[in-house]
Amino acid sequence: MENIDMSLIDWSRAQFALTAIYHWIFVPLTLGLALVMAIMETIYYRTKSDFWKQTAKFWQTIFGINFAVGVATGLILEFEFGTNWSNYSWFVGDIFGAPLAIEGIVAFFMEATFVAVMFFGWNKVSRGFHLASTWLTGIGATISAWWILVANSWMQYPVGMEFNPDTARNEMVDFMAVAFSPMAVNKFCHTVLSGWVLGALFVVGVSCWYLLKNRDKEKEFALGSIKIAAWTGLVAAGLCALTGDGAGYEVAQRQPMKLAAMEGYYEGEAGAGLVAFGILNPDKECPTDSVDPFLFRIEVPHMLSILAERDPEAFVPGIKNILEGGYTQKDGTVALSVEEKMERGRKAIVAFSNYRTAKAEGDTATAVAARQTLDENMPYFGYGYIKNAEDVVPNVPLTFYMFRIMVMLGGYFILFFMVMLFFVYKKDLSRMKWMHWIALLTIPLGYIAGQAGWAVAECGRQPWVIQDMLPTNVAVSQLSTSSVQLTFFIFLFLFTVMLIAEIGIMCKTIKKGPKL
Amino acid sequence: MTYSFLQQYWWFIVSLLAGLLVFLLFVQGGNSLLLTLPKSDTQRRLMINSTGRKWEFTFTTLVTFGGAFFASFPLFYSTSFGGAYWLWMILLFSFVLQAVSYEFRAKAGNLLGEKVYHVFLVINGIIAPLLLGGAVSTFFTGSGFVVNKDNISSQFQPIISQWSSSWHGLEALVNPWNISLGIAVLFLARVLAELYFINDINERQLQNNTRRRLWSDGLAFLIFFLIWFVHMLLMDGFAVDSTTGEVIMEPYKYLHNLLAMPLVMVILLVGVVLVLFGLLRTLAKPDFEKGIWYSGVGTVLTVTMLLLLAGYNHTAYYPSTTSLQSSLTLENSCSSEFTLTTMFYVSLLVPFVLAYIVYAWRKINNRKIDASELMDEHAY
Repeated sequence: MENIDMSLIDWSRAQFALTAIYHWIFVPLTLGLALVMAIMETIYYRTKSDFWKQTAKFWQTIFGINFAVGVATGLILEFEFGTNWSNYSWFVGDIFGAPLAIEGIVAFFMEATFVAVMFFGWNKVSRGFHLASTWLTGIGATISAWWILVANSWMQYPVGMEFNPDTARNEMVDFMAVAFSPMAVNKFCHTVLSGWVLGALFVVGVSCWYLLKNRDKEKEFALGSIKIAAWTGLVAAGLCALTGDGAGYEVAQRQPMKLAAMEGYYEGEAGAGLVAFGILNPDKECPTDSVDPFLFRIEVPHMLSILAERDPEAFVPGIKNILEGGYTQKDGTVALSVEEKMERGRKAIVAFSNYRTAKAEGDTATAVAARQTLDENMPYFGYGYIKNAEDVVPNVPLTFYMFRIMVMLGGYFILFFMVMLFFVYKKDLSRMKWMHWIALLTIPLGYIAGQAGWAVAECGRQPWVIQDMLPTNVAVSQLSTSSVQLTFFIFLFLFTVMLIAEIGIMCKTIKKGPKL
Repeated sequence: MTYSFLQQYWWFIVSLLAGLLVFLLFVQGGNSLLLTLPKSDTQRRLMINSTGRKWEFTFTTLVTFGGAFFASFPLFYSTSFGGAYWLWMILLFSFVLQAVSYEFRAKAGNLLGEKVYHVFLVINGIIAPLLLGGAVSTFFTGSGFVVNKDNISSQFQPIISQWSSSWHGLEALVNPWNISLGIAVLFLARVLAELYFINDINERQLQNNTRRRLWSDGLAFLIFFLIWFVHMLLMDGFAVDSTTGEVIMEPYKYLHNLLAMPLVMVILLVGVVLVLFGLLRTLAKPDFEKGIWYSGVGTVLTVTMLLLLAGYNHTAYYPSTTSLQSSLTLENSCSSEFTLTTMFYVSLLVPFVLAYIVYAWRKINNRKIDASELMDEHAY
């Protein structure tokens, strides 16, 4: 029997990453614009001012251009779980499928129904019904985010399930634990808020372009849009920092290896410091060698312990500690080494096989004994597939730098919105060309921050597709590498053409401006 | 609620979603006509703006169909999507093309120009019904795959579902019966689109041309559907022994299923009659415009009942031709009782969802589309 081809895993991962990256170009903007345009239409509803109607309509047009591509890439993501990760689909489909189905029934239909009313209903429905439709479009998109992030959080922190050897899969036993896991709550808030930040950055940036071009007709529109978007952005960016802290705490509790990779943190200690700025040492090749992981670093003392354990003196394990085990965990138990976990994982897999053979042969006594061994070792099942202990360490430089990019940009956005609000209320923003340029150039930074955040979340979890339960290379479909390569390049071509067309259309639409 | 009831219930929901999806393929049917039916650019824009207000429903129903299938029968999701890779991928490519084409086609700066987006719509309009029809036919004719859950303990190749053909799904398209149903669904989608245009667009010449086209598309649909349907009733089917779970070949299995389930037979007949009534009455009476509702409801009923024939009455709904015992049945491929029960409660929201869809649909369709609506700034 042949081994699974590693290049198949890499190309399958590349295809999923490609789809997810493109999806996350379009979706956060729709999440953010949905809120901004709904606020604007609410002002129109209250004031009956045509100015606010046209302002809302303009941002709705931009929303519509993005919406279609977000829908297209989202469809592909859903089906790729089956097409490229078929083993995954069976092994955890009993839990993972439910949020996807609920997303369709509860959220997508709401979004699809009311987006049509929002676009085509201006002269067909009452103002109140139209306003409700605009809000419901955004609410539908947000509910959809909830369920897909529930699904993603479950991969990071699997809860509410039990392994059933008779069906050879994990089965859900507690829906509420899945739907409202602390990881899911934090991830939802952090992710949706980051979408609001991007929407706000986009609206502020585009509005500043009108000011930069001295387009008098749009001056009032631009300043009005900036006020709403900057307030929205400031609140969202502030809350994003708070939920980011919560997300970091959850990672520390559930995925200590990811946290260690985010910090380039090898040797654990009590009262651990946080690297505020650092350059990793490229000569560090092995987690257990004695090479200093940093060429340069500035550390905030005790901060990592505070973030991870809410205690300045708490011990936080590093990559080496997690690999070697032997430290005392919060619950008082001594951590196993990865080698020990691999050994117990292999025991679990053998016990699973013995159980099924005994069951098929009607040997009840052997089946009961095998079941007991399986249950005892089940928490380490996934480790049974790991070949080398060091394989459980994710890509440290990628995780480390992406995390810093996200955090630094997040801090910058708070400052940006504060400065913008100060200028728009206290100074004549319309004449500050340098600020217009800053606002314009900040738009791409919003995208970079979001992509960096997802890179931390997804690459930092490797080699696991489901934390400690299923490694990525066991989740894949049985396909030829060339098939996946071909579909990868077709998607790359299609998505890139769509992106270029989308940017082209947006630029023309913005240049044309609102009908004021 | 017993486990068995929940399995049957979820197969019904999946079948119903498939029925709704085939009805909503009128969007694709309309797109397949874009380069041949309209005689002017205005007529083409009227067609695009008519289906363009509904494409999200087709898309969303497809996504929900996938999600519901995943949640209720995950072994189908992993076996079929991971195995018939190319069939599903080509379908998905075509939907990607469609998703942006309405929004982008007439916008300045769209990179490719209007005509290319029209071609994208036509590609999706032909490929989606053809492949979906072909895929549904494999629920009766079977596919080549092996399922072995013991594989998960293998250190070398721990993959549960293995597809036999290196064509990964495209081999289904050389089976003439699968092709027959694919072509039938394509022409059904066109018939439904024509009935929808007659109901929704106010333009005399387009109306007249559409009614003329209905003759040939309706006839093609009937011929290919009847060929497939009669063959399906006469073929050997994949029966499941209710005590041992063993899959065995049974002559006239689907005919037996029809006779064993009189309610399914009656609803199927009603569905077929409604489809024909909508079609024939529209052809016979030049002022009859409500054909879409008869044929649409008929389509939903017919497709739903056909899928019940494939899964109910101890039948393997996704049969394997290379390993008979690997065939997927409601019992061996479904989710756990807990998940099916949870999802049962979620599914109680469906009538509420349908209610607001109908309400919003009626608000938007309160009058026919005519040239004046093309002036609207959100018009495609």
